[in-house]
This record gives sequence, structure tokens and C-alpha cells, in this order.
Amino acid sequence: MAYFLQQLINGLTLGSIYGLIAIGYTMVYGIIGMINFAHGEIYMIGAFVALITFLVLGVVGVSYVPLALLVMLLATMLFTAAYGWTVERLAYRPLRHSFRLAPLISAIGMSIFLQNYVQLLQGARVKALPPIVHGGFTLMQSDGFSVEVSWLQIGILALTLALMAGFSLVISATPLGRAQRACEQDMTMAALLGIDVDRTISTAFVIGAALAAVAGLMVTLYYGVIDFFIGFLAGIKAFTAAVLGGIGSLPGAMLGGLLIGLIEAFWSGYFSVEYKDVAVFVILVLVLIFRPTGLLGRPEVEKV
Amino acid sequence: MAAEALPARRLAWGGIVGEAAAAAGVALALALPLIGFRTVETNAALGIETRFGWVAATVAAVFVGRLLLALLRSLHLHRKSVTRPTSPQPSPPPGAERERPVEREGEVGGRRFRAFSPTWIGALGIAFAVALPFLPFSSRYLVDLATTVVIYVMLGWGLNVVVGLAGLLDLGYVAFYAVGAYSFALLAQRFGLSFWQGLPMAGLLAAAFGLALGFPVLRLRGDYLAIVTLGFGEIVRLVLLNWVPVTNGPAGIADVPRPSFFGLPFERHAPPGGTTFAEFFHVPFNPGQRIVFLYYVILALALLTNAVTLRLRRLPIGRAWEALREDEIACRALGINPTLVKLSAFSIGAMLGGFAGAFFATRQGFISPESFTFIESATILAIVVLGGMGSQLGVVLAAVVLVCLPEFGRAFAEFRMLLFGAAMVAIMVWRPRGLVARRAPSLRLAGRDGAR
Repeated sequence: MAYFLQQLINGLTLGSIYGLIAIGYTMVYGIIGMINFAHGEIYMIGAFVALITFLVLGVVGVSYVPLALLVMLLATMLFTAAYGWTVERLAYRPLRHSFRLAPLISAIGMSIFLQNYVQLLQGARVKALPPIVHGGFTLMQSDGFSVEVSWLQIGILALTLALMAGFSLVISATPLGRAQRACEQDMTMAALLGIDVDRTISTAFVIGAALAAVAGLMVTLYYGVIDFFIGFLAGIKAFTAAVLGGIGSLPGAMLGGLLIGLIEAFWSGYFSVEYKDVAVFVILVLVLIFRPTGLLGRPEVEKV
Repeated sequence: MAAEALPARRLAWGGIVGEAAAAAGVALALALPLIGFRTVETNAALGIETRFGWVAATVAAVFVGRLLLALLRSLHLHRKSVTRPTSPQPSPPPGAERERPVEREGEVGGRRFRAFSPTWIGALGIAFAVALPFLPFSSRYLVDLATTVVIYVMLGWGLNVVVGLAGLLDLGYVAFYAVGAYSFALLAQRFGLSFWQGLPMAGLLAAAFGLALGFPVLRLRGDYLAIVTLGFGEIVRLVLLNWVPVTNGPAGIADVPRPSFFGLPFERHAPPGGTTFAEFFHVPFNPGQRIVFLYYVILALALLTNAVTLRLRRLPIGRAWEALREDEIACRALGINPTLVKLSAFSIGAMLGGFAGAFFATRQGFISPESFTFIESATILAIVVLGGMGSQLGVVLAAVVLVCLPEFGRAFAEFRMLLFGAAMVAIMVWRPRGLVARRAPSLRLAGRDGAR
């Protein structure tokens, strides 16, 4: 029981990270129907910006941890969002009215580019960061196993909840969110009604990148080791999460992220660590076979 | 009229400079964190160095680049707007403007290739490929490079059946390549099969994998299929990496047997009771002979693939693939079973990938999961899409470009993958429909071209 609870907490933490990345995939897919392959790299860039901000803060002499974390959060979101915007502007916007696979290839190219860009600029070695947020508490103790919850895990879950709440509010109640939903439903009609479609799409990329940046920050703090290649697997898993939840559905992305995190945590907890990624993909395949629209996706009726 | 309007069309310097300044601002935001600082390890702890000079250089470069681009574009527009009134054609309605470039591109491609017909280009290409090892400028390195190119051409043609003809987006094609390579290597190692015995087995096993994977997932819509195949590619790689008793894990399989020339090995010394290729034909032994032979093997395999694909395109099954790609609902209405048709394309594609994999194993003599990462799948898909989906000739062109690009980029050493990624984006933006845009169905209603 205690072991189960521990894995549950670990899984939820991991799932929050995947969920935040998955939102970027699902938003972009919902609007322009493309798999933004470079999104995993955006998350990786977020992790690096977080690391660099932390080191710069150390040099400047900011030692009050909450302030440092706040600055890291804001700087990471801001700078990474700039990358998200630029990627869309350079690699996807010129291909807006092209055929379906063109932006995908362009995205794969962008992904390769960004990986090597970071590798060249920051080195290929794994970057290890000392833990910044210390401590935690013991939730319960039974048969010699104690369930530890760190403040960092609480912080990650709380921040994810807060971001999700804020994000849902933005999507459901602001003009910006209305434009997003309108473009998702019918881009041509939205354009006819005076919505700047290009700007809306850019906004989707910026929001997605900012959320992925937060995920990158969390990973940097939580695991403390990052390298230029972390974006690939996390990106695939987050996309899996988005598909699992029903691509295009925002709550679905979050749910899918949590599920993937949980599957991964429980699989490595009870079975083998080596095959945890295999387990994730197998479950994805099973879900898609029996519920092809994902868990929360709307069934799509194809019309001629 | 032109004279009156000209002053209004003077270059809008304010706008251009503003645009360039905005781009420079964005570049500053991009460059500041990642270029401006570099994490360095000092005494096992992370430290940081600043490189603000690089940031300044980047920002300046972006400013100037954007300025030049904007200038070129506005000069171009300027000239166009001056010349437009002289052309007698009425301007098209605004709606048609967007549709047109796509159509026109296909047309131009089509017309150009009707002048130099694909048959002629193909024949010339084959003649060149066959003669390559004996051309005066040829070298061992060149033949080796050409072998790599032809492997990718073959993989591209194989994937072309799946993506180009049947319209199924497969992001895990490397899985079949890996299955082919490993099944040949294992068969050879465990059961002592030679290359020529192992090759068909490898193809069959890969096709079986394609069937097994395709059966449950081919009912899925396009993008779900993409992610499932991507996942499958990763699963295969992870299994190869972790199933140590069979695959030998990350260490890979060494000593994969080399192919022989109808039983005559390419060795310096004949095995007991046998003759080598060199002895049999009374030519001096030369290690290059094997390289050339391998080149011809893969060339023959690739040409066979091409011939089969071209034939298949004319068979009912090929027509069904193309029809399914164009309109799935119409196909259902006409009584085509989409799952079966897709499954056939998927497994034929897998089989071709398996052949290529077996060849890869025998050529390298050593395989490990390292060779079958997602980047391979991405490269093969890029070859198909950059070439222009469904175009056999385009695949060749794209394979030459994509394989030689990193190869010639060796001068730039660590920059070559960076350039590779950037080139992929640039080619896509420059020619979204591929280098050779020709994707018309093989069968058309009789008309301009008639049935082909």
C-alpha cells in the first residue's frame, strides 16, 4: 500500500510534466492539424534556459530561493516562448497552405536543428544541477516503507494545477481563448469574422512553448540532470499523452499526461525499468484500437 | 499610369528598417540565454561563462539579413507592380490566387518532365549508376558512398509504397529495416545461412512484422497511425537494446557473413576446399572487388524494387492504393476494403525495408541498435517527401542530396547535423511539394493524357 502510494505520487509528478508538454501538442494540432515535432526540443530549451538562469542568478548573488524560483519561472517562460514563436514563424507559417506532410518534415528538420544547436552551444555532456529545493515530509509509514513527499513534488503539482486553472480560464473566458476555439472549429469562418488567424496560431505556439518551458524548469529542478537529447523521448511521450487523452482536447492532454506518468511510474515500480517506454506505447496502441478518438476526444465524423 | 503611381511605390524605408529591427529584437531574445551564456564544468560544479560578443554578432547578422531580405522582396514587388499593367491578362479573382501556385508548380514539373521524359532520365541514371565503379574518377570511397546512397534510395522506394502511393504516414519505417537486419544477422549466426538464403527470409520476416503491426493499427486515421508507427519503431529499438540473450543488447552482433559471388567468396585466401572469386576468374585479388560487388547487389535490389513498384502501380492493387490515398470514403463506397488494401501496402513496404536491412547487415558486418534510431526513419521519410511523394525519380534525387549533404558537410565536422536540419526546413519552405513534384494518380480519366 505504502509502495503503491509512493509510486502514485511519483507518477503524478511525472504526469504533470508530460501534461504540460502535451498541451502544446494538442493546441497546435487542434488548430492547424499538424504534429509539431519540434515541441519536445522547445521543452529541452526550456530546461536549458532554466539551468542557465539559475546559474546566472547564482553569479549575480540572488540566494533567496523563492525569489530565484520566481525569476527562473518567468525568464524560462519568456525566453522559451520566443523560441516557440520563432519556430512557427520560420518553419511552419510559410507552409500554411501546403499539403499535409510538408510542415511535418519541416518540423522534423527543425527538431534536428534545435538539438544540434543546443549541443553545439552548450556542449554534449550531461548537465547536473545540485538540488535547490530541499526537504519534504513523510506522508505515512507502513511495514518498514515510508512514503516520502518532497516539497518540490508538492510545488510541481500545485504549479501544474494553478497553470491548468489559469490556462482553462484564458481559453474559456477571454477574447484570446475565444479566438483559439474559433480557429480550432473553423479557421476560414473565423478569418471571415475578423479574427487574425496568423496571430492566433502564433499565440497557440507561444502558450504551448511557455507551458513546455515550465515543464522543462520542473525537470531541471526535479531530476537535476539534463542534456540536449531529453526533448526527443519526452516529446514522443507527451504526444502520446495528447493522443491518449484525445488530440485537440485540452483537458484530455492533461489527463493523458497524468496517465502516461502513472503508467510509467507503476511499470518501473512493479515490473522492469527497461521496458517502461515499451509499456507506454503498448497501452497507447491498445487505447487507439479500442477507442480511436482517445479518452476525451470527440468522435470525428468524416464528411464528403 | 505607371509614371503617376511610381512615387507611391518608393521603398518604404521606415517599414523595412522597422521589420529588421523587430527581427533583431527577437534574435536578441533567442540568443541571450543560449548563446550569451555557456555552462561550463569547473571542479565538478557547473559554472557559467558569458559570450556577449557572439550575441551581438548574431543580432547584427539577423538585422542585416532581414534588411536584405526585405529589400529584395520589396524591390521584387516594385518591379512586379510596375510591369503588371503592361500584361494584357486580367488579374485573377482573389480567391484563385491562393490555389494557383500549387497547381502551377505541378504543371511546370509535369511539362518539364514531358520534355525530358522520366523514362530517358531514368535510363540515363541507371546507365550512370551501372558504369559508376568503372568511371575514371571513381574511387573506393565514391563507390562506398554510392552504396549508401542506393541503400537510401531503396529504403525511400520502399517507404514510397507506404507513404507516397497508399498515403499512410509511417514514422517508424526503420523498425522494418532493423527487423530485416537483425533477422538476417541472427539467422546467419545461429543457423549458418548465407546472404542469399537469408535475404528472402529477412524480407519475409519484416513483412510478417508489418502484417502483425498493421492489422490492429491500420484502421486508425492518418495521424494516429503516424504516432503508433513512431511508437513501434521505438519499441523495436528498445527490445533490441534490452533483449540481451538474443540480440546481444547494445553491443550488437558482429561477424555477419559477407555475401559471396554465387558461392565464390571475396577473400584473399580461399577457405579449405573452395576457390575465391579472384582465383576463379584469374584476376589479382583486390579488396575493392567486394565493395564493387556489394554496390551491384544493392543496385540490383533497388532496381528490382523500382520495377516491382512500377508494375504494382498498374495492377488493381496499386490503383486501389492510389485511390485510397486520394479519397478513402469514395473507395469504401466502391467496395474496396481499406484495411486489406492498406495492409498490403504496409507489408510490401515492410518487406522492401527488410531486404534493405539484410543488405545493410551484410555490408557493415556489424549491427547494433544504434543504427536504427528515429533519425533514420526521419531521414527516409524526408527523402520520400523532399523527393515529391509518389515520385520514383524524386526519391533518387532526394537520397543523393540528403546522403551527400552530411558527407560533404564533414568539412564542417560538428556543424553537419545542424546544417542537415536547417537544409530540411529550407528545402521544404522552398519547394513544399518536393524537388520533383509529380504525384498524379497513375490512372486518370481519358483526356489530356489518357490512361497511363
